[in-house]
Amino acid sequence: MKRRWSSFSEWLDQRTGVQTAVRQFLYEEIPASSGWHQIFGSVAMFLFLVQAFTGALLAFNYAPTPGDAYNSVRYILTELTGGRLIRGLHHWGASMMIVVVVLHMVQVFLWGAYKKPREATWMVGVVLLLVTLAYGLTGYLLPWDNRAYWGTVVTTRIAGSAPIVGPYLTRLLGGGGAVGVVTFARFYGMHVLLLPPATILLIALHVFLVRKHGVAPAPGDELRSREKFFPAQVFKDTVAIFAAFAILYTLALVARVPLEQLADPTDPSYVPRPEWYFLFLFQTLKLFPGPLEVVGSVVLPGLAVLTLILVPFLDRGQLVKVTKRTFAIGVVVLAAIGWGGLTARAVATTPKPQVAEIDYSAPTDWLQLTPQEMAGIAYFRQEHCVSCHAVGDGSSKLGPDLTQNTIHKDAAWMIQHFKRPSAMRPGTAMPPIQLSDAQLNSLAAFLLKLTPANASALGNAPDFATAGALVYQASQCGSCHMVNGNGMKIGPPLNGLAQRRSRNWVEEHFVNPDALSPGSIMPPYSLSAKDMANLTAYLFSLRDTGASQ
Amino acid sequence: MDGPTAPATDGITRRNFYVGAIYGIGALIAAALGIPAAVYLLLPPKIRQADQWIEIGDVTSLSPDSPTEMTFRHNRVDGWKVTSENTAAWVIKHADNSVTAFGPQCTHLGCAYHWDDTKSEFICPCHNSLFSIDGKVMAGPAPRPLDRYETRIDGKKLLIGRLMVPERQA
Repeated sequence: MKRRWSSFSEWLDQRTGVQTAVRQFLYEEIPASSGWHQIFGSVAMFLFLVQAFTGALLAFNYAPTPGDAYNSVRYILTELTGGRLIRGLHHWGASMMIVVVVLHMVQVFLWGAYKKPREATWMVGVVLLLVTLAYGLTGYLLPWDNRAYWGTVVTTRIAGSAPIVGPYLTRLLGGGGAVGVVTFARFYGMHVLLLPPATILLIALHVFLVRKHGVAPAPGDELRSREKFFPAQVFKDTVAIFAAFAILYTLALVARVPLEQLADPTDPSYVPRPEWYFLFLFQTLKLFPGPLEVVGSVVLPGLAVLTLILVPFLDRGQLVKVTKRTFAIGVVVLAAIGWGGLTARAVATTPKPQVAEIDYSAPTDWLQLTPQEMAGIAYFRQEHCVSCHAVGDGSSKLGPDLTQNTIHKDAAWMIQHFKRPSAMRPGTAMPPIQLSDAQLNSLAAFLLKLTPANASALGNAPDFATAGALVYQASQCGSCHMVNGNGMKIGPPLNGLAQRRSRNWVEEHFVNPDALSPGSIMPPYSLSAKDMANLTAYLFSLRDTGASQ
Repeated sequence: MDGPTAPATDGITRRNFYVGAIYGIGALIAAALGIPAAVYLLLPPKIRQADQWIEIGDVTSLSPDSPTEMTFRHNRVDGWKVTSENTAAWVIKHADNSVTAFGPQCTHLGCAYHWDDTKSEFICPCHNSLFSIDGKVMAGPAPRPLDRYETRIDGKKLLIGRLMVPERQA
């Protein structure tokens, strides 16, 4: 078997040269000082491959137009098995890639590995860093949620404010300052058609240059015998790749990537924030008010990039040991402090959102429930029903699965059963539920809505919403108002309230309706601060029934 | 035992360890990415829409044992979109007032077939599959009888449910 394989590989090598090429690549000689500090380039390349792979998988179920993008992302997240993992890998992979590319650059900078004759390798590397950032910028828009939309509005305005080229950049990015279908198409085209081949070409050039000049030696290497790239250094690279992959995979599994509500250009309350790695630029902008803004938005970043590119020509001294490169170490420390300070300041000054954010990356069927059914969820949680009942997840527990419609009777029967379980089902181990009739009614209404298909989607109802629904029920708002088609029409229907009124207005209106809507027959409500917050947050989560779900 | 051969064997085992780890980690990463990718692409999406019954017409207007093509609109879930589209059913009212409704596509390659009154057979024009009035294959390449819709009669109204396609039932 082994002989047959070797004769085949010989045959293949004579015709393609592939084995010889691989051998030459692997048995390349590297300096004796090579080691763990040189793993970052390989990790960056690996992360690029993960991004390409997961990006292609996402594209298989993604509709690249503003009309459909959001729905298709939700489809990937909520309906496709593994969709959340794939998107998680792509999302966190983007962040990790930036981290690793920067670490790679810092290492090369600290060791002075850009010195003659490796200046071109360094400059190609700087371009690769910019390309990586361009992926982040263009990919940010693609989910087309509020975050994506507003973030891109700001980005395109900054590009437009550049001196001389500003108007042309605006045109290039697809429009007169408005983010719409054209901008979307341009960003998508850049993200998937232009940048990947550019990256592949640049990586090929970068690696070719690394090979041409050899891995950069450290002082003293000329006295030591050279080593082979394979297997010792490849092993170190592989271990580092594995560590990076393990972190990425854990993030993708554990840290949920949120999806905000569909992009809403009319939303006045939204505070846009860029991705974390652009926050320092965002904060820099604030240091230059008024006509100086262009200094922070274009001049300083431009100078920084130019300086980076010119690093090999600014530092032309003799190669010394990394521990003796105090100036370089100082530059890195100062840059880290500057970056960290600006980022921390930007994070600290981020205002709390006015409206409780709903995570649309999970099914949000609960948004269609009536306030009564929502209150039922609150009682359902309060009474710990799941300690004895399964809810469509197939687990075997003491009581029956509550999603099975064979146990769904009418509400009157269920209320009697809640009060005295053994009277309706002799021999049952279920304890009586100590709630009022109205409360039991809510619980029954919710349970009747449960099916195996919607159980987990209804379970996603956030606590602020169920608590808000409790206040809604207790205050009997439904005797005058309508929510999700349920209730009376004496007062205005409450769906879409967030689009019509500010949070302050609503809260003041509870206290003194007559002052804000003269002639209103709504009585004043004195609610506790917590009840007020929950009720308002709940009402603000109710979308206009005509809009997206 | 610390003869001159010891460093050599040490070198070989260390080399073997390196190579084994490189391949092992590579395989692990490939599996951790490949398996979710296969699942993501191959498993059907979770169905979150309950089946609906659609009213398609008046049963009393049908003459017995005479197939009639009835068109209706239904909501088709197509990935992330729900499209409302026209589709058809061949409906036969039997002597006992029960109703059968066939899906409008030939079970061979999906062409639209029609009822030929003179021959009393369903004829598919593409490859000449012939079906009897109860949907059985009489001739041609069709691999299975015509697909049926679930049907229900509510007073005079004929309601139509899911199309029972053998592969999808599994």
